[in-house]
Amino acid sequence: MSEQAYYVPESSKLPFAMALTLLVFIIGAANTVIDMGTESNSYLVLLLSFAMMWTTMFFWFSTVIKENHAGLNNPMLKNSYIYGMAWFIFSEVMFFFAFFFALAYVRNFAVPWLGGEGEKGIANMLWPGFEATWPVMITPDQAIQGTEFLGPGEEMSLGTTYANKGLAGVLGWLPLWNTIFLLTSSVTVHIAHLGLKNGNRRQFNIYLGLTLVLGYLFVGFQALEYYEAYAHMGLTLGTGIYGTTFFMLTGFHGFHVCLGAIILTIMWIRGLKGHFTADDHFGFEAGSWYWHFVDVVWVCLVAFVYVM
Amino acid sequence: MSTVVETHDHGHHGPAKGLTRWLFTTNHKDIGTLYLWFSCLMLFIGGSMAMVIRAELFQPGLQIVEPEFFNQMTTNHGLIMVFGVIMPAFVGLANWMLPMQIGAPDMALPRLNNLSFWLLPMAFGILISTLFMPEGGPNFGWTFYAPLSTTYAPSTVNFFIFSVHIMGISSILGSINIITTIFNMRAPGMTLMKMPLFVWSWLITAYLLIAVMPVLAGVVTMMLMDINFGTSFFNAGGGGDPVLFQHVFWFFGHPEVYIMILPAFGIASHIIETFSRKPIFGYTSMVYAMSSIAILSFVVWAHHMFTVGMPLAGELFFMYSTMLIAIPTGVKVFNWIATMYRGSITFETPMLFAIAFVALFTIGGFSGLMLAIVPADFQYHDTYFVVAHFHYVLVPGALFGIIAGVYYWLPKWTGNMYDETLGQLHFWLTFFSVNITFFPMHFVGLAGMPRRYPDYALQFADFNMIISVGAFLFGITQLLLVFIVIKSIRAGKKAKPEVWEGAGELGLEWTLESPAPYHTFTVQPQVK
Amino acid sequence: MAYLRKFSFKFFQIIFLTLPATLLGEESDYNMPFGVTEVSGEIFDLHMLIFWVCVWIGVVVFGIMFWSLWKYRKSKGAVAADFDDHFWLEIGWTVAATLILVVIAIPSTTVMVKAYDDAEGDINIMVTGHQWKWHYKYLEDDISFFSNLSTDQEQIYGQMPKGEFYLKEVDEPLVIPINKRIRFLITGNDVIHSWWVPDFAVKQDAIPGFINTAWTNVPEPGIYRGNCTELCGIRHAFMPVVVRAVEQEEYDAWVVERVMLAEQEKLLTSKEWTTEELFERGETFYQTNCVACHQVNGQGIPPVFPALAGSQIVLNDAPRQIEILMEGVQGAAMASYAGYSEVDIAAVITYTRQAWSNDENGDGVIVTPQDIVAYKNKTEL
Ligand code: HEA
Ligand code: HEA
Ligand code: HEC
Ligand code: CUA
Ligand SMILES: [Cu+2]
Repeated sequence: MSEQAYYVPESSKLPFAMALTLLVFIIGAANTVIDMGTESNSYLVLLLSFAMMWTTMFFWFSTVIKENHAGLNNPMLKNSYIYGMAWFIFSEVMFFFAFFFALAYVRNFAVPWLGGEGEKGIANMLWPGFEATWPVMITPDQAIQGTEFLGPGEEMSLGTTYANKGLAGVLGWLPLWNTIFLLTSSVTVHIAHLGLKNGNRRQFNIYLGLTLVLGYLFVGFQALEYYEAYAHMGLTLGTGIYGTTFFMLTGFHGFHVCLGAIILTIMWIRGLKGHFTADDHFGFEAGSWYWHFVDVVWVCLVAFVYVM
Repeated sequence: MSTVVETHDHGHHGPAKGLTRWLFTTNHKDIGTLYLWFSCLMLFIGGSMAMVIRAELFQPGLQIVEPEFFNQMTTNHGLIMVFGVIMPAFVGLANWMLPMQIGAPDMALPRLNNLSFWLLPMAFGILISTLFMPEGGPNFGWTFYAPLSTTYAPSTVNFFIFSVHIMGISSILGSINIITTIFNMRAPGMTLMKMPLFVWSWLITAYLLIAVMPVLAGVVTMMLMDINFGTSFFNAGGGGDPVLFQHVFWFFGHPEVYIMILPAFGIASHIIETFSRKPIFGYTSMVYAMSSIAILSFVVWAHHMFTVGMPLAGELFFMYSTMLIAIPTGVKVFNWIATMYRGSITFETPMLFAIAFVALFTIGGFSGLMLAIVPADFQYHDTYFVVAHFHYVLVPGALFGIIAGVYYWLPKWTGNMYDETLGQLHFWLTFFSVNITFFPMHFVGLAGMPRRYPDYALQFADFNMIISVGAFLFGITQLLLVFIVIKSIRAGKKAKPEVWEGAGELGLEWTLESPAPYHTFTVQPQVK
Repeated sequence: MAYLRKFSFKFFQIIFLTLPATLLGEESDYNMPFGVTEVSGEIFDLHMLIFWVCVWIGVVVFGIMFWSLWKYRKSKGAVAADFDDHFWLEIGWTVAATLILVVIAIPSTTVMVKAYDDAEGDINIMVTGHQWKWHYKYLEDDISFFSNLSTDQEQIYGQMPKGEFYLKEVDEPLVIPINKRIRFLITGNDVIHSWWVPDFAVKQDAIPGFINTAWTNVPEPGIYRGNCTELCGIRHAFMPVVVRAVEQEEYDAWVVERVMLAEQEKLLTSKEWTTEELFERGETFYQTNCVACHQVNGQGIPPVFPALAGSQIVLNDAPRQIEILMEGVQGAAMASYAGYSEVDIAAVITYTRQAWSNDENGDGVIVTPQDIVAYKNKTEL
């Protein structure tokens, strides 16, 4: 048993502030989407809620860090943080699962059925002219309206890129670079971790810095890819189920990369300030777990969204 | 920082005074109390909505409300009961009891705990306020099937979507806290297989919650995108499928119904062993049964969708997997009965509720099994037979479990015994009215009355009248519960630490004085 | 007091009449209908089988439970035994439960395979759920029509006594011949509906964009009534299904008649209509299709359902009104009526523009079937 009592804060204004923040968030977010396309300022409420969120988070984490420095956190409490982070990541995994599930369902069932294949292929009666292909270039709606080809001009998948442009195409294929960035960054963050554990400050700072560079490069390339899709390929959120699944999966992943990068940036700054010791650096460790998680999701994305 | 200073004489402090005690508290008992009162308030709001439903259905024809409002009542009744009553009540009980049962000083992450609670009033405040907006609140059923909830929904659906996100965050944070507490904070010597069954039931429930609440968040996010950003998840014209919504929803939804019953299983186990004065029969198999129920619950979701036209293989798979759940559930029922067998039984109020729980939940389970039979479900689906099924597992199931738990632990919380005579009265009134309300629903359902109907054909009139009368009686009776609880808070026979004869053997919570001290086990006890 | 007497009477009726009747498996008003088709009968038997299995398990389980509660009550001096485990007992009841389930699973599978048979029918009918009416289209013949609830609003609001088939009657039932394999192709137009006829044991969801199939073969002539069983919005309770099964000869005659009617309809479109004729026809159409929301007096139920009396669109903007009727209003309860004949659409628009003094306050433009045809031609380009 630990010689020191488990630290239970007597009371705290932070959680209630956070709850209020989220109240403002609901009001702001819902009004923003409802008023979209009209001249209204409801998005300001949404922005306010983000500001509140950052502020609360800042104070919350500062408090936790201060408590740790004051030596209030006994080993058992540190363990609690570890468990907490692990299960939080599990919940994130399940969130992505929902979207992968949707992708698997439309590819294996909905789209073939609409195109007249499989046990429920009779649905094609309603969509004469629609053919089941993946990616869906012409949606069922477009097929019956006889609309010319609004879908992606050149889809994002590896196979077609290779077929159309050969090796050069593959080398210019952004997801390939993104994969390299992200996989490498997982290695560098691990090396940084080793450096920290061995008390090698320099190694930690350099390799974490490198991780950040790779992370931001990834975000940049992803933005570039989106720009290409919207501006040149005609692939948007609104172009049917392919655009839908493509942007939602890569978009949520990209969002998580951003979060991870922000967390690691903070950790980097904290590292420079000397917050971490060889055996007490859970803040960083949690961030690195998160980063590895984001990496694993990317590997699945490459497999299911880009390659298969 | 005052917090830092205060901790040095940690343990000698009582609660702060006034409103801020409740807003800023990090104490598991305070938060448990908040959860329980919130749940009670929601029971009355959601219950009043049920009363509106029952008043309208008292006779055929449209008398009291318009169909539009009726749909809003049905939807919000379902949502509030599920997310606002049953789940928060269980979390409240977990907050109160888990640290006491495993010998911990508090929950593992006290500030997060406070956040989990305070998110709920925010989310439900918004949800209920949509009813007063010009377009009205959600009117698409608590299962909010697309495209009725997307393309054809009032714009207030956006408030609904974000509220669901917030409820989801609340549940996820709450469960992270509970899992962490259970894994990390057990008293030395309390191995997993020595944990009280309520703790086990919550461990499994929390795991289910963390696994499925994000999926719910995912599905409402897809709705949000379909409504506002032109995506085609649930739109066949773009290559999506409305049925995809149902798959994702029920992937969450079915585990959700076990989330609403597993903690009740835990509570019933404790009460039955206490009042049979005999340790629970088959502890190990109880643990395995709950785990199997949880695991199976991930592969049965499409039994809610037998009529959406899945391919034959799918229909059969989901039929068989659903039927399998009867086995572990049966094991639990048999174990409870074997615990009573050759016991020394007394019938205090918690025991009465627990016995009624076992009997009536089983009846609900039987009708569940009938629903699992696909061809028969073609006739049952979306009729009052389904409504009868789920009210039997939810009202005399989950809700009775909660009420039983409240009576059982109330003396530990308040330090005073509740009024046993009133408790018995409350039980018998509740027991009769619950059956008058929900039993005839089987008949109207079989006879063909569809659910979510504000008006119905004449052949169903008589039974609907009976159901409504039962429902009013049941509703009024619950006022008695509130009265009994308040009475026991204010005064009553002082309770001993072990409260119930022989309970001292059964769990750490009974070694604490009654009422339990504000800070639970500042020094962790050693478990043999 | 009358209620109370009725209530207690009913209560005893359940306990002494209905319950035993249900338990004995005979057909009763409060049990699943036996139905008329082979499949519905088999499903009924299956239902009774599971029901009895559950009853017997219940009798044994509750029997032992209540006996224990009685026998081992402390007030009688029972002393608790000291055991909490019995390996073979646990195994035993687990195995027993499994076996029972296997016994149920076998017939369930057989019936399921039969009910789900997807072969072509002798007659194939496309059933489309609309908010809030059914549309039937015979794929082999040139017949298609809507089927609307025909119960009066007054009955629903209690201003008139309710008829025998309150909420279970329609203006145009689906007509099918007996002893033929009928296959339904079920789909939805807007939201998900579900097409249910208990006597055939057919219930399939009508999913927009997809087609579900179901089949039946009705041996007896008769009128079979059912409902929409998937929440589809405000008037979910008011879109019943009525099927009339008739002898083959009667069916053939009906088909001939329908085809002729359809041709006449086509002629009507090109006919010159007077305002009075349109007004009259429009009034009837309005009573069946629009009153539910816009009300008899045209006042609607603001803010959900706008008033048509005095509406700017109805007063002065005939083109927009045509558009609304033909396309519906996205995201609102106002559905498209494009499935109806040009005459009906023109008539109801004219009616709304004339009624409730709209003609005096607005431009009073009359819309003719030819205008609708013109609209259709324009949008088809
Ligand atoms: C607490 C909540 C809860 C619980 C525990 C259950 C338990 C079960 N439910 Fe239920 N269910 C709901 C809540 C719950 N359900 C809700 C809310 C809905 C409707 C949702 C909506 O549409 O709005 C629903 C709907 C629902 C359907 C869909 C019906 C339809 O829409 O057509 C089905 C179909 O299979 C089903 C089946 C089952 C089964 C097989 C169990 C089993 O777990 C039951 C197992 C228990 C027993 C069988 C009894 C005890 C066992 C024995 C004594 C052993 C011996 C018995 C045998 C061997 C038979 N449920
Ligand atoms: C989790 C639990 C839960 C609980 C506890 C209940 C409790 C009750 N439910 Fe319901 N119910 C659901 C979950 C629950 N329900 C769900 C999920 C649905 C599906 C929704 C959907 O289709 O989308 C549903 C649907 C549903 C319907 C079908 C509606 C429809 O299809 O249109 C009906 C109809 O009778 C009903 C009735 C009742 C009644 C009478 C109670 C009673 O037990 C309520 C008891 C009442 C109170 C506790 C009120 C408190 C007392 C007062 C306010 C005092 C005043 C009293 C009077 C004026 C008499 N519920
Ligand atoms: C189920 C309800 C419902 C039915 C039935 C219905 N409507 Fe409507 N109607 C609406 C709603 C809701 C609107 C408002 C749409 C909007 O602008 O948001 C509307 C709008 C209109 C408008 C435009 C009015 C204005 O001022 O904006 C006209 C004209 C109209 N309906 C005519 C009809 C006619 C004619 C019928 C019958 C053939 C009919 N409606 C049937 C619900 C209905
Ligand atoms: Cu159509 Cu319900
Ligand atoms: Cu289920």
